[in-house]
Amino acid sequence: MLRDITIGQYYPSGSVLHRLDPRVKLFWTLLYIVSMFVFNTFLGYVVAGVTLIVLIKISRVPFKFMVKGLKAVWMLLIFTLVLNLFMTSGEVIWQWKFLKLTREGIRTAVFMGLRLFFLIIGSSLMTLTTTPNQLTDGLETGLRGLKKIKVPVHELAMMMSIALRFIPILLEETDKIMKAQAARGADFDEGKFKDRVKALVPIFVPLFVSAFRRANDLAMAMEARCYRGDVNRTRMNPLKYKQIDRIAYLLQFVYLAVLICADKLLAPLLTKVLPML
Amino acid sequence: MIKANKLAYEYIRRDEEGNVEGIIRALDGVDLEIKKGDFVAILGHNGSGKSTIAKEINAILEPTEGTLFVNGLDVSDESKIWDVRQSAGMVFQNPDNQIVASLVEEDVAFGPENLGVPSPEIKQRVAYALEKVGMEDHRGSSPNALSGGQKQRVAIAGILAMKPKCIVLDEPTAMLDPGGRREVIKTLHELNKKEGITILLITHYMDEVTGADRVIVMDDGKIVMQGTPREIFSKVDEVKSHHLDVPQVTELAYELNKRGFRFPPGVLTKEEFINALLG
Ligand SMILES: Nc1ncnc2c1ncn2[C@@H]1O[C@H](COP(=O)(O)OP(=O)(O)OP(=O)(O)O)[C@@H](O)[C@H]1O
Ligand SMILES: [Mg+2]
Repeated sequence: MLRDITIGQYYPSGSVLHRLDPRVKLFWTLLYIVSMFVFNTFLGYVVAGVTLIVLIKISRVPFKFMVKGLKAVWMLLIFTLVLNLFMTSGEVIWQWKFLKLTREGIRTAVFMGLRLFFLIIGSSLMTLTTTPNQLTDGLETGLRGLKKIKVPVHELAMMMSIALRFIPILLEETDKIMKAQAARGADFDEGKFKDRVKALVPIFVPLFVSAFRRANDLAMAMEARCYRGDVNRTRMNPLKYKQIDRIAYLLQFVYLAVLICADKLLAPLLTKVLPML
Repeated sequence: MIKANKLAYEYIRRDEEGNVEGIIRALDGVDLEIKKGDFVAILGHNGSGKSTIAKEINAILEPTEGTLFVNGLDVSDESKIWDVRQSAGMVFQNPDNQIVASLVEEDVAFGPENLGVPSPEIKQRVAYALEKVGMEDHRGSSPNALSGGQKQRVAIAGILAMKPKCIVLDEPTAMLDPGGRREVIKTLHELNKKEGITILLITHYMDEVTGADRVIVMDDGKIVMQGTPREIFSKVDEVKSHHLDVPQVTELAYELNKRGFRFPPGVLTKEEFINALLG
């Protein structure tokens, strides 16, 4: 049951996106997220949406697979939609008791929903096409510049990759402890909320004890293998930009330029011609 | 290769204010010499100081008294600590808690990466190390998908990639099934014979000891017996007085001798037992 949780799930399809340098993908994702807050016209959404669709097609990750992994996020999406729909003041077009539907409400709800949707799909596209290892490697190398201002980039990346390595082990262990406690008559599924929370204590205590022991062992094993932080360290596969990565960076600016043109120049013109948008 | 002189180590337990609560003398005047290319097994019941001596050799613990030289390097010398760890690699009991990366080959590369080895050479070393432990087909796997014995062999490969002179293994088979144990021990003997790597194997399993060149028995922080497996296991009573067992065949021959049989002292393997019985 706990093993169904997949973090940073990867979908290998061998596409161009998979082969891109993780740094490129990280910056693309960052830029894409930031770009969500740059535009606010209909045309802007079209540009961002079309870009996303093209990227999904290139990635060869089935859209269904992407959406399936986002069950928890749907709740958030619907919640935001409903909130925006009824809480925005403006020109009322429909009313039932205290619930008011306004023209502005519909507009913000639709746009807000789209924005969130783009954001989530956009960033999961990155995790689907990048292995956790590449991701931490990309973070470490990509953010290397921050070391100058004393950001412990290497340490953070190392922590992340160790966490990724131990999450499945700890999940399995939790499963085992739960079964062991269940065999001794513990009941996690019934009873009052308070009782259920109480039943979790005998799970978390041994889990924490074991996690600390593992951390201790691992620290010693790493030291024994001459790990001394970022001092004089080399990599087996250092990240190197290829031609395709440079093109991808270039396309990033093209995307931004098109988006801003569409949003700031084209859209105002269009509204003059077609005022209903 | 390894030379200890009156080596002692004390664990100091402190209470919350940092006052000394108690002192445990885990090693007490250990004199030890291990030659290059030897396969040495260390036996001893729980708390006899086996892990402590292993950690000393790896410079994880600093000697309280006495001296310890590994590959000619003084382990107390702060500036040589990384050279000591590179010359004497260490494999621990729990295979899960010593694998760092989520990919077998990346884990094997971890040591050489820390040593600052150039990338092309790291690749060669990883290929070499994985081949030596027979795990070359799993280089792209996740460690979580491997059996205990395979994980432990990956851990050995991780040390091997650092090109050590000596490997210290602290109960590497304690968490493995019999098949996994055999795999690991076989790998160790191959490394010892073919690559000339000095092996220091700490274990609780007597049958893993019989193939060693030399056996060291520890009790209460001291070395109490030393010799070839045959020498050690011909003294069944003495071994037992240190709360240890002898291999099952040895024990059987010993008990039978009490009833009038005439097995030579220190029968170590089934074959020897059968030959002695028939001949
Ligand atoms: N971190 C520690 N702090 C305090 N005392 C310790 C510590 N580690 C070990 N000791 C004590 O030092 C002594 C020797 O321990 P050591 O771990 O070397 O034994 P061992 O021979 O490896 O035993 P085992 O077979 O159980 O692994 C024991 O009495 C133990 O209680
Ligand atoms: Mg021990």
